[in-house]
Amino acid sequence: MRRQKLISDLLVNGALLLLCILWTVPTFGLLVSSFRPRDEVSSSGWWTVVQDPAELTFSNYRQVLLGKDVTFVNAEGEEIEASGDNLSRAFLNSLTVTVPATVIPILIAAFAAYGFAWMKFPGRRPLFITVVALLVVPLQIALIPILRDYTRLDLNGTFLAIWLAHTGFGLPLATYLLYNYISGLPRDILESAFIDGASPFTIFIRLILPLSVPALASFAIFQFLWVWNDLLVALVFIGSKPEVAVMTQQLQEMVGSRGQDWHLLTAGAFITMILPLVVFFSLQRFFVRGLLAGSVKG
Amino acid sequence: MERDDTQRTSLVDQLYYTTGRVLVSLLVPVITFLVMWRGFIFLRDGDAPQFVTAAVAIIWGVGGVAILFLLSNWLVEQMPQAWTDTLRPFVFVGPATAILSWYLLIPTIRTLYLSFLSAQSENFVGLQNYIFAFTNPDMLNSFRNNLLWLVIGTGLSVGFGLLVAVLADRSKFETVAKSLIFLPYAISFVGAGVIWRFIYFYKPPGRPQIGLLNAIITAFGVEPQAWLTIQPWNNLLLIAIMVWLQTGYAMVLLSAALKGVPDELLEAGRIDGANEVQVFFRIIIPYIQGTIVTVSTTIIIFSLKIFDIVFVMTNGNFGTEVIASRFYKQMFKFQHFGRGGAIAIILLVAVIPVMWYNLRQFGEQEAF
Repeated sequence: MRRQKLISDLLVNGALLLLCILWTVPTFGLLVSSFRPRDEVSSSGWWTVVQDPAELTFSNYRQVLLGKDVTFVNAEGEEIEASGDNLSRAFLNSLTVTVPATVIPILIAAFAAYGFAWMKFPGRRPLFITVVALLVVPLQIALIPILRDYTRLDLNGTFLAIWLAHTGFGLPLATYLLYNYISGLPRDILESAFIDGASPFTIFIRLILPLSVPALASFAIFQFLWVWNDLLVALVFIGSKPEVAVMTQQLQEMVGSRGQDWHLLTAGAFITMILPLVVFFSLQRFFVRGLLAGSVKG
Repeated sequence: MERDDTQRTSLVDQLYYTTGRVLVSLLVPVITFLVMWRGFIFLRDGDAPQFVTAAVAIIWGVGGVAILFLLSNWLVEQMPQAWTDTLRPFVFVGPATAILSWYLLIPTIRTLYLSFLSAQSENFVGLQNYIFAFTNPDMLNSFRNNLLWLVIGTGLSVGFGLLVAVLADRSKFETVAKSLIFLPYAISFVGAGVIWRFIYFYKPPGRPQIGLLNAIITAFGVEPQAWLTIQPWNNLLLIAIMVWLQTGYAMVLLSAALKGVPDELLEAGRIDGANEVQVFFRIIIPYIQGTIVTVSTTIIIFSLKIFDIVFVMTNGNFGTEVIASRFYKQMFKFQHFGRGGAIAIILLVAVIPVMWYNLRQFGEQEAF
């Protein structure tokens, strides 16, 4: 009996280990390669690093981040000059796009959720049903009409344009989730605040927002990841303006122009992944809670 | 209270007060608007150092929205009581409704309209774009591929997710294992594209293979392959990326559902003589069926709209097109807005029943 338990334990953990290795190796290979010098990356597999852990270097990161030209000597002893990619600028751009594109929809959705949950006004139900129904609309539908509006308003390539686009595409889910949460808050707390003479606006700021922090946080993480990792919306509304290009665009461009330069591609890819991974590991608890609440974009 | 005060003051005072109030009500929005506009111009045309621009943009964007809410609420509260009561709800739901109308509701109608027009939206062509969408060989190919993504991608993601959830539930290393499997979920498609292009990378025979997959098969003496060009199997190699990204999501939900299966139920099954396999298929699976459906429908919607992976890995070449990548090409490469619109509408129609089912299922479970 004890022996059987041991065997089944071994089987379970062995299978789990195998799956974990399978799932981790791709990312691990990328990480290792990003620290290997150019010539080594292109001439031997990253796993050979175990036999020959000679030189790991930061020069790939320096080249992708600073965008400065880097000179180095290749195997034949010739000096080669290579131009870098300015990923640090793209990093700042991504941040400038992502922070407001996360906060704005949450703020607007929270106001709307409170209005739908706790206020009486004509047309409330049909309006709310419309909001939820919009969950089905794939954002592809909206690209051309919005692009035309933006061209008319001369908004293409501005931060405002892309914030509003992400806000529009994130709002149905944000409103729906926050409504579920806010409408479930205990009625007596709100009623006693009303009796004390507080205005709905004050109640919202002082009471509803603080009480909704868990729901706000878990949605914020998701919206953050979507916006940070988004390529399509950026391609369409930022287009080919290098001054405002975000990380995913820049990396996608590098794949096109430097498809063979694995030392740079791996470093670049890892830089785009750092912030999401930090968010992921530090806020995993909220992340999981958000998933369980259905934070999956329609 | 305010009204009592004003009644006591003289008519001149009251007039003075009202005019002042109206003036302030007009002035405050105008000033706010001017400040916001200055900020916008600065961000669009300014050439300040990037750090400054980034900081200003973030403050301007986030602060601007907050100020707009404060301002509109203040304005509404300046009005007579009856107006305030009528208008106040729209301060709360108005902005969301307006943005949703502009960004989703009206565009749906506009795209539907576009889909009945010619390439440059000049004349009416009836159902021609839809006929094109359902007869063009490239389109049919993309439908077939999307079906592959839907069936195989969803099946494997949910299957692996369930497997990991069950295994982790019986292991001491549950937390670590789940974190590792879940990790790719945070990675962008472009990042994942780079990771997997590196794995599938091909070098001619005789040279050292730096792509993992070719290194493994050459170690067994097989010729290296240019994986992404082998039709139709390259589709499966792309689907593998989606499975790698989505399994963690399925696992998290299924794992939570597994923990909800009551122990007494399992014990009762075992006492009745069921073995572990029977317990799994006869008790656990039916018990978590609802979650399996939610997870599957969500991943199905995801697979229907798949775009970035294909775009980064093959750009739709070598027979790997999917609906969303055909859409992108029609809209932005060929500038054929009629066909692009028709494809987008087809995508919408494909998503509706799945989403409807998903929402209904989700509504039966408790949120948060």
